[in-house]
Amino acid sequence: MTLDKLLVIAAALFCCGLYTVMTRRNAVAVLMGVELILNATNINFVAFSFFLNRVMGGQIFAVFVIVLAAAEAAVALAIFLRMFSTTGTVEVDVADQLKG
Amino acid sequence: MIRYAYIIPLLPLLSFFINIAVGKRLPRKGDWLCLGTIAIGLAMSIGIFYEVFRAYDPNFRYHVVFPWLTVGDRALFNAGILIDNVTAVMLLVVTIVSTLVHLFSIGYMHGDPRYSRFFAYLSIFSFSMLGLVLAESFLFIYIFWELVGLSSYLLIGFWFEKKSASDAGKKAFIVNRVGDFGFLIGILIIYATCGVLGYDQVFLAIGEGKLSGTLLTLAGIGVFCGAIGKSAQFPLHVWLPDAMEGPTPVSALIHAATMVAAGVYLVGRVYPMFTPDAFLFIAYFGLITLFLTATIALAQNDIKKVLAYSTCSQLGYMIMGLGVGGYTAGLAHLSTHAAFKACLFLGSGSVIHAVHSQDIQEMGGLRKKMPITFVTFLIATLAISGVPGFSGFYSKDMILGAALEFGMKSENPLHMIFFIGALFTAGLTAFYMFRLVILTFFGAPKDHHKFDHAHESPPSMWVPLVILAGLSFSFWYSGWFGTLIQKPMSVANLAGMSAPAKVATKEHAAVMAPAPHGEAASAPAEAPHAAGPAVHGETREGAAHDAEHDAHLAHTAHTYAMYSSVAVGTLGIFLAFVVFSFGWINPDRVVNAVKPLHTFLQNKWYFDELYEATVIDGSKALSRGLAWFDLHVVDGLVNLSAQVGVFVSFLVGKFDDYVVDGAVNGLASATTGSGSLLRRLQTGKLYHYVFVLAGGALIIFLIKAF
Amino acid sequence: MSGPADYIFYAAAAMTVGAAILVAILPNILYAAVALLFSFAGVAGLYILLSADFLGATQILVYVGGILVLLLFAVFLSNRISDAKITNPTHFRLPAAAICLVLFGVLSYAGVSTPYAVKKGVYLPTTADIGELLMTRYLLPFEVASVLLLAALIGAALLSRPDRAAPEKGEMEEGKG
Repeated sequence: MTLDKLLVIAAALFCCGLYTVMTRRNAVAVLMGVELILNATNINFVAFSFFLNRVMGGQIFAVFVIVLAAAEAAVALAIFLRMFSTTGTVEVDVADQLKG
Repeated sequence: MIRYAYIIPLLPLLSFFINIAVGKRLPRKGDWLCLGTIAIGLAMSIGIFYEVFRAYDPNFRYHVVFPWLTVGDRALFNAGILIDNVTAVMLLVVTIVSTLVHLFSIGYMHGDPRYSRFFAYLSIFSFSMLGLVLAESFLFIYIFWELVGLSSYLLIGFWFEKKSASDAGKKAFIVNRVGDFGFLIGILIIYATCGVLGYDQVFLAIGEGKLSGTLLTLAGIGVFCGAIGKSAQFPLHVWLPDAMEGPTPVSALIHAATMVAAGVYLVGRVYPMFTPDAFLFIAYFGLITLFLTATIALAQNDIKKVLAYSTCSQLGYMIMGLGVGGYTAGLAHLSTHAAFKACLFLGSGSVIHAVHSQDIQEMGGLRKKMPITFVTFLIATLAISGVPGFSGFYSKDMILGAALEFGMKSENPLHMIFFIGALFTAGLTAFYMFRLVILTFFGAPKDHHKFDHAHESPPSMWVPLVILAGLSFSFWYSGWFGTLIQKPMSVANLAGMSAPAKVATKEHAAVMAPAPHGEAASAPAEAPHAAGPAVHGETREGAAHDAEHDAHLAHTAHTYAMYSSVAVGTLGIFLAFVVFSFGWINPDRVVNAVKPLHTFLQNKWYFDELYEATVIDGSKALSRGLAWFDLHVVDGLVNLSAQVGVFVSFLVGKFDDYVVDGAVNGLASATTGSGSLLRRLQTGKLYHYVFVLAGGALIIFLIKAF
Repeated sequence: MSGPADYIFYAAAAMTVGAAILVAILPNILYAAVALLFSFAGVAGLYILLSADFLGATQILVYVGGILVLLLFAVFLSNRISDAKITNPTHFRLPAAAICLVLFGVLSYAGVSTPYAVKKGVYLPTTADIGELLMTRYLLPFEVASVLLLAALIGAALLSRPDRAAPEKGEMEEGKG
């Protein structure tokens, strides 16, 4: 278990999340991809915190990221429900009213 | 007392401001204030005159100067006061007449709606006139000169509801302006060459030769032009008779005693700077005036018009007297004339007040109704006619003497015309003045209605008459006047004169002949450095004989002049009685016999018509020409420029439309176009954004990496 | 590089990455959600291996117990299971895959090639330290996060309420965005 390996794992996880965000049309799936990306960054924070020094800053940052993710998920779910009740679908293609 | 002389003019100025501002609310409408200030001035003038008289010095001078306008450390103009014997006499004359006129006005102007304003105007006039008398430089005399003109305008047009009055005011102002223009040119010539304006400084500069020859003559004539205007001399005399539209006290104060005398005073003041040519010019104008206006006075029926023309005539005497070298004579006549002419005018005012008419053909027999007015009027008439014992005799005789002396000394026999013309006019004067007296006070009343209403005037009106009549006797003047008022030496630098002018040098010697009493005998050769009054007995040895000869000649001349003037005056009076009182000659028959001449005189030699036809119509024609020029040329240019402007504006408008607006619109459509191009990037599709984001991040990574 | 910890590490790593790949490629969104569960669990294992015991526990509690359940709810509420549309529609697969692969390469290369001054990790309990830090040094972010959570909860509750109070149109538009 080295820092290099952890960074590679985080990169893989990030790319999977990115791929999900880019390809999926379902908003919930997109949200899943975002969660994956967030987890990838968290792994990096914790890994650096563990291998570079014993300062807890990395872990604290990870805690806040988790808090943000939770809040994001809650709000996103509410938005999806509202969107579904309005348009009958949660596909991101439909939500293009901001198009110029 | 003399140190406080500057207060004399300032007091009336103060009362002017008070009266013009709050005069209506003061008790008695502020007349006591004006009368009081001028009375204080009179008291101070008497004090000054007493000091001067006690000194009894022909060279008396009190001269205060301080810098008035300073640029850097150079005083450009000085202010100050100059009091010599002439000034002291003039101060006394002005304040006496002014005070008496103020007093007279209280009765005469009683009940006038603008009573307080009238007194305010009288005050500003007194201020201007006293300032003029006390001035010590050309600049200040010019300032006060114009102020006097202004107050004259205000007072002539005082009853401006009457069109004739306001017209007369305007006429007086404009005609005076013509003369003042010449005065200004004279002053400018002096300032341009000498660089100073104080009398003494100017005389000194002329003595040093800074201003000489023809230019000096021109400067003198220019300054004399001012006197022509103010003193109503021949070409510009037309305003004075019209000025009789003003209230009679004004006529007495301004147009008889003081303001018109300002011109004479001016000539006397700047006497040393005149060249012989200028003197000749002055003398001719005086002669023409005195004869011409006396003939006009013969045919007038308006009591005030007669007096006005006689004033012109008497002023002509003074001017001619000065012109022929009778300095003392001219100024003496100025003083005596102020007293008796003011008396005559105030007397006529009293008559007008009583009968409410100015036409002497409606009067007659008034001596029983108005004894005081009659007696005073008669005394003044005797004075103006030159009857021995009265002041007019004393002064007019001096003028005649000077004229005869001038004619006798001159190589040009034509110059005897001064004496002959003046003598003949003296007879005319006696004739028309007694015609006036006889028609007014003697005989049977012609208009009984007016006669019955006539009454003696109140004391505030006849007291001044009595005082002025008292001053019409010659013993007030004889003796000291000739001693104290002596001719100053000419400062004209004759050495620098051109050849034709040199011929006149002998004539100049005549001009510079001693004053009537023969006490001032000085040679012009010494003139250059003497800037004050004449110094006695300092003639060079070579000139001593000439001087003695001149004195003898003068004595002879004056003796002849006296006899002849008395004779002519008596003849004139006798003729007047013959024609108008005894009825030996019917005046109507005489008039019919010389009908064209009479009409000519009655119409004042058609001067007004002449000016109407030449000056006024000329300026009207010029105005029309200018209007045409304005309409066609100037307006044409203006319209052309307007059209050019419109065309240019059109072009600019097009430029605006196509270039500026095009740029603006182009910018707008460029923005719109690029916006609609960029708009395509905003798909609103989430994955597009993510795609670009990721791709962009990748590209940045790659760029950083390699 | 041997011992039980390594095996556990490899197992956790494999689980994390494998499950993530499944999330990315599985067509059915429900399966993807389940795969996500395993991925989160694997990350939690990695945390614990990295001496972040508190964080590992939090990962299980919050993600697996909270967020994932929320996601499943979302899936259930927004899809009719019987629908054919429940299949997860996708697009741009090839370019996306290419970008992601290249990016993976770049990131991995960057991570591996950078010479970090690596120290020997120390295993210590962290919960007490984190709690103390949150109450002292990171108090302000902690409080801000609490306010944020509160706001998110209220907002979510408000948004997800049925149309009884006829929510304003602007709010709806926002919701769609």
